[in-house]
This record gives sequence, C-alpha cells and structure tokens, in this order.
Amino acid sequence: MKQSHIRYSEKLLEILFFLCAAISVVTTIAVIVVLAVETYGFLKQVPVTEFLFGTLWTPLLEPKSYGLLPLLSGTMLIVVGASLVALPIGVASAVYLSEYASDKTRRMLKPVLEVLAGIPTVVYGFFALTFVTPIIKIFLPETHVFNAASAAIVVGIMVLPMVASLCDDALRAVPASLREGAYSLGATSFEVTTRVVLPAGLSGIFAAFVLAISRAIGETMAVTLAAGATPNLTLNPLESIQTMTAYIVQVSLGDTPAGTLTYQTLFAVAAVLFLITLVLNIAANSIMKRFQEVYE
Amino acid sequence: MSSSAESNLAWRHRKAAVFKGFCLTVTGLAVVILVVLLYQVSVIGLPWLDGQFLSSFPSRFPEKAGIKSALAGTLWLVSMTAMIAIPVGVLAAVYLEEYARPGRVTEFININIANLAGVPSIVYGILGLAIFVRFFALERSVISGALTMSLLILPVIIIAAKEAIRAVPSSLRQAAYAVGATRWQVVKAHVLPSAMPGILTGIILALSRAIGETAPLIMIGALTYVTFIPEGPMDEFTALPIQIFNWTSRPQQEFHELASAGIIVLLVVLLMMNALAVYIRNRGTR
Repeated sequence: MKQSHIRYSEKLLEILFFLCAAISVVTTIAVIVVLAVETYGFLKQVPVTEFLFGTLWTPLLEPKSYGLLPLLSGTMLIVVGASLVALPIGVASAVYLSEYASDKTRRMLKPVLEVLAGIPTVVYGFFALTFVTPIIKIFLPETHVFNAASAAIVVGIMVLPMVASLCDDALRAVPASLREGAYSLGATSFEVTTRVVLPAGLSGIFAAFVLAISRAIGETMAVTLAAGATPNLTLNPLESIQTMTAYIVQVSLGDTPAGTLTYQTLFAVAAVLFLITLVLNIAANSIMKRFQEVYE
Repeated sequence: MSSSAESNLAWRHRKAAVFKGFCLTVTGLAVVILVVLLYQVSVIGLPWLDGQFLSSFPSRFPEKAGIKSALAGTLWLVSMTAMIAIPVGVLAAVYLEEYARPGRVTEFININIANLAGVPSIVYGILGLAIFVRFFALERSVISGALTMSLLILPVIIIAAKEAIRAVPSSLRQAAYAVGATRWQVVKAHVLPSAMPGILTGIILALSRAIGETAPLIMIGALTYVTFIPEGPMDEFTALPIQIFNWTSRPQQEFHELASAGIIVLLVVLLMMNALAVYIRNRGTR
C-alpha cells in the first residue's frame, strides 16, 4: 500500500516538473502565434511589398504609409555604431584579460564588467541624453538633440561587457600548448596573440559579435530616449531617427485600441524584430557549439 | 646584417609593448566609463535625494515629486515575479537535469530555452500585452506585469539552476539511491541543498534584471503617473524604471535631476543585490 502510494506521488511530481519545463515551449509557441495572427491581419490590409520595401513610415500621421525601411535603417545605424564601439574594445579587453592580466587584476576587472552589464538600459538612455549628446554637440554643433550617434555609443557600451566576457571565454579556451609552442619559437606576445590565439579563438569571437548585434537590434530604452521618434531613411548619425523597438514603445505609450491597424503594426514590427534576432541567436549558438567541439 | 636583425627584434618587442599598452588602455576605458557614469548621476541626483523624495508621490512640480508609488510598485512587481518564476524555474531545471531522459524532446526544450534567453525584452512585452492584458483581461495590473516579467526571467533562472544542479557530484546521488531513496527524496535532500548557492546566485541576478527592465512594463501599460500604492495584485501600478523613463523624457532640467535621484536609488538596490550574489557565490565555492 505504502509502496504504491510513493510510486504514485513520485510520478505526479515528475509530471508537475515536466509541466514547468514545458512552459518555456508554450511561451515560444505563444510568441509565434500572437505575432503571426496579428501580422496576418496587418498584411491583409497592407501589401507585403509595401511593408518590406516602402520608404515611408507614417502610421500615426495622414496620409498613412507603412514602409518599414526607415525603421530598419534606423535600427541598422544603431547596430553599426554600437558595433564600432563594442567589437574592437571588447576584443582588446578580452585579449588583455586572457593574455596579459594577472589573476589579481582579473579578479578586479571582472566585477566592473558585471556591474556595467547589470546597469538597466533606461539608465544608459539617461546617460546618452544628458552626457553623451552634449559632448557630441561640442564637437559637432549641428547635431540634433535626439540623434542616432549618442544612442549608438551607449548601446555599444551596453553590449561591451557581453562581447568582452564571451571573447575572453573563447580566448581562454585556446590550449596553452599553442601559445607555449609559439613563444618557444621566439614570437613576441603581439605575434602570439594575433597569429595564434586570435585565429584559434575566431569562431568564439565571431559568435560574440553576432550575439552583440542581436542584442543591439533588440535594445529599446536607450534608443527610445536618445535617438528620437522620427522614422528617417538616412545614413547621417547626427540626425534624429527611429528604431523598430522605439516605434513599438512610442505606440504603446499612447492608448491604442485593440484590432485597429495601428495596433497591428506593433505586432508586424515586432515579428520582424523577433525573426531577425532569432536567426542571429541560432547562428551564434551553432557557431559556438562547433567551436566547443574543436577543443573537447 | 646582424645589426639589422637586432633592430628588427627590438622593433618586434616594441610593437608587442605598444600592443599590450593599447589593450590595457582600452580595458581601463571600461572602468573609466563606469566611474564617469556613476559620478555624473551622483552629482546631478544627490541634492534631490532626501526623505521627502522617497516618501512623496510623483507630481507636476519637481520640488514636490517623489518615488513612493514607484518604489511600492517595484516591490510588488518583484515579490510577485519571484513567487511565480522561482518555483517554476527551479523545478523546470530539476526536470531537465534529474528526470528527463536524454533525447529529442529534452534537446528541443533546452535549445528552446537558450533561444528564449535571447529574445528582446520588448517582444515579451508584446506577448504580455496580447495574452495577459487583453486575452485574459487582467488589464494593466501588477499581476500582468509580474506574469510578463516571469516569462522574461524564466530562461535566466532555468539556465543558472541547471548549471548549479549539473555541478553536484553524482556520487552524492548514487549514495542516496543506494540506501533506497526515491528520485524526489534524492533531489529534495541532496541535489537541491548542495546546488543552492548556485541557484540562489542565478535567482538574485534574474530578479535584479526584473527590477531594471523598463520596455516590457511600458508595453503592458504600467502607468507613468500613479499617485496611489497598489493594494492588491489587480491594482494598476508604476515602477522605478518607468518613473525614471518618464522624468528623463521630459525636457525640463529639474525632471532630469529627479531622474538622476531615481537612478541612484535603483543602482543602490541593484548593487546590493549584486554584492549579495557575489557573496553567496564565493561562500558556496569554498
């Protein structure tokens, strides 16, 4: 009697735990269904060619126009700018951490990176608006109050800790014997790093880059606060622009009734955002997996 | 000939020294940025940070404004998120590490969790808006916010808990099984207690993420101007990052200064949680 009771409750617990794990799958399905249904409703009214290739995004003004390209170009400006900041600095810090720093220095620097990574994005937005933009204006007075450049710089700072720590992991996974071999042939630390360690860790570094780009695309608060709310098909980082994420925030700050076309634009834009980041994340994960196998 | 080889060697060493200096400088830059950011925020915000600021509701007049409702809202939000996300996250990790048989389904769930961790937070906000606010008609309530935040931090908790559980030596489990313990008894009495420091660290970091997130709360319609304290899970609310966002997006200098003061409070809370996580992690590894 007791025995079967125990077996019963054991099975029940297992099912309960499985349901907890299954919530993650349900979440994914819910995201896909929600985005797909509303995007479908949106595309019934706006032709997909206009949505993807139109050059004017004015869903909140008359005449309404639903061309995504200005939001995409805004997002790309942020991504390019943030990459210019985060990728070189991230790799150089990773090289310092893994090739030069003593254990003691590492233990001091790692928490700094962790704190930088833990600062909320709204704080970076404040920083961009009140500190970075005034500095840019000193050098380039024609800069707008809201501009892509200052948002891109702080987004770069935001993703920097992630790039540095993922690259650090990649470089530290390079076997010490490779370095020792090169040093014993008389190579300098510069030559060992650039010709042996970096090439060996390249796939890990590349995965870090892809993840950083994905993060920059999905970043919301800093670009909402600092980059402006002007869908603008431009390559000039000193102008006000709007990213996909900032548009979503702009609409939800107002009161948009469900079922309207404006409400559906939220989901259409979010669907594009979701697809782009999903592809990048899957790519990064598969690159990392391959690179892990090499050294196991 | 040999002198040119020597000068070449000197050149190579100089290049290496310059490179090392460059990497050090750039790494130092991260520290400088952190210091500048903290300095900037403190200089602007500290004069505003007093008892009146902590105990007042938001106001149109900067000198009367405070973060009482934002603090209360954040407290509500975090406690409810913790009540939902911690049990679900830890038990999901227990299932994946201790119960699930290796195979396609388990592999799929694991990949799925890794991908969810990379989904932009604003997409969770959209999900919360469509599912919790509209479909389940929970409106702009604390519970809508907490459910949305829970989905957002679940992958973080699950991944951290999984790692902590995997680090538990299997000899512990085998010893318990050998004396006749059931699977749940093994998990409850041995695996979870010894994985606890790692799990707690993950939970604290996940909750500090929930405290700092702004975008999903804007999506589900957390209000920006709240002059009351939520009294139940169905009440409307605001939160600290929302209040900071609201003040930052106003043009007046005084509101930017208020935002700074709010940021100081937010960062102090987050730094304390971070320190607690580091403390637990260090004690656990000893």
